Amino acid sequence: MHLDHPETYPQRHAPALSAPDPRPDGRRRALRVGFGGPVGSGKTATVAALCRLLRDELSIGVVTNDIYTREDAEFLLRHAVLPPERISAVETGACPHTAIRDDISANLEAIEDLEEAVGPLDLVLVESGGDNLTATFSRGLVDAQAFVIDVAGGDKIPRKGGPGVSTADLLVVNKTDLAPLVGADLEVMARDAKAQRGDLPVVFTSLAQADGIAPVATWVRTRLAAWTAAA
Amino acid sequence: MTTTAGASAALLVLADGRFPAGGHAHSGGVEAAVRAGRLDDAAALERFCRGRLHTCGLVAAGLAAAAATGHDPLALDEAADARTPSPALRATARKLGRQMMRAARAAWPSAALDDLAAARPRGAHQPVVLGVAAASAGLGPPDAARAAAHESVSGPATAAVRLLGLDPFEATAVLARLAPEVDAVTAHALRRAERVAAEGTDALPAASAPLLDILAEHHAAWPVRLFAS
Ligand SMILES: Nc1nc2c(ncn2[C@@H]2O[C@H](COP(=O)(O)OP(=O)(O)O)[C@@H](O)[C@H]2O)c(=O)[nH]1
Ligand SMILES: [Mg+2]
Repeated sequence: MHLDHPETYPQRHAPALSAPDPRPDGRRRALRVGFGGPVGSGKTATVAALCRLLRDELSIGVVTNDIYTREDAEFLLRHAVLPPERISAVETGACPHTAIRDDISANLEAIEDLEEAVGPLDLVLVESGGDNLTATFSRGLVDAQAFVIDVAGGDKIPRKGGPGVSTADLLVVNKTDLAPLVGADLEVMARDAKAQRGDLPVVFTSLAQADGIAPVATWVRTRLAAWTAAA
Repeated sequence: MTTTAGASAALLVLADGRFPAGGHAHSGGVEAAVRAGRLDDAAALERFCRGRLHTCGLVAAGLAAAAATGHDPLALDEAADARTPSPALRATARKLGRQMMRAARAAWPSAALDDLAAARPRGAHQPVVLGVAAASAGLGPPDAARAAAHESVSGPATAAVRLLGLDPFEATAVLARLAPEVDAVTAHALRRAERVAAEGTDALPAASAPLLDILAEHHAAWPVRLFAS
């Protein structure tokens, strides 16, 4: 085999690709967590609930990737879950999955701009507009990702699998309050998810209930602690 | 400028629609033209692309060729501003320039790219970055100009497929029919770029497309849209 690289590769300048980690001040850059999943499963509601719960203890920024430009960002603004300068909407040209997976440049820029405007941030939540079951985040964009489905979408979704369901760092099965109404069997969903995901965690949530976000918040806190400890 | 071995394949990487430099989120004015009832089929797409190619495409190709030649990118960036009256399109060009810069520095790291990034942290005009990126990739002014001219029509064609459900074969056929004109625009842009050394940036093409400027300003003000521009 012909090896034709006598000199070492030109040094990549990390800031050209992503925010430097650790930052010049020695702290780690913000942990970036992605939330993907089908339309209407509760991604924006999850992000909003996390912001409400964590905003007093953490410096948070949110980046949304909508199909229609600013819908999710405007929901978050309307409900004042964070000050407006902490929320940024990336325009995706009708293809959120491209902006979170194939060409992440606009998202990286949005995160850097938030960091510059209101940083230092501890946590950046990146929501993908609901797209399809195959949409996952690039590892170049987020450090961890949750895939949010809901029981109303049918209890077959975990069995169908797909990269979101089977590989996301956390699977959130939301709207458990609706299970009796739609005849969804949570045990079946849990069993199928286990079969698809092995040891990867699954949580069941109902954001209609007080503190329904707790299981997701616990996961985020654990990831953040691990991230900070790895500095 | 000499091209190095492998340089022509680098053009394929640079001009690939999947090059991660943000282009996928932009329609090049197609979304606004569709809404205005000016574009609804493949024939209209061809007219739209032809107009864009000979105006924005020519200007972009001239800037890219001059940048790939090694002319001062900051002077070219000013020349690009002077040729872009619409504030919305200026913002778009710089946003895309910043995204192109990120991708180019990952693909072909170079001091020239680092310097331009440091001088224009919010982004230089995209065709200028494209030209510097082309040079960093070992490509010459003709390839830089060709990539810019091609991009001026390929982005709109892709957007039309998404917006109108246009037959993708028809949209690709439009691009194929325009290819000779892309080559002609490339040649025209190169002749102008060659004059920059003696005459300065005023020698570069300054064709304008007023309707695209107006559509872009309208589009930027819409509360709900699919594409960023
Ligand atoms: N009943 C019920 N409704 C929910 C729950 N979570 C979210 N929703 C509602 O589901 C709808 C879609 O939620 P949204 O967060 O916008 O979904 P997204 O498209 O994934 O961002 C909204 O009307 C929410 O209020 C839940 O746990 N239970
Ligand atoms: Mg949403």
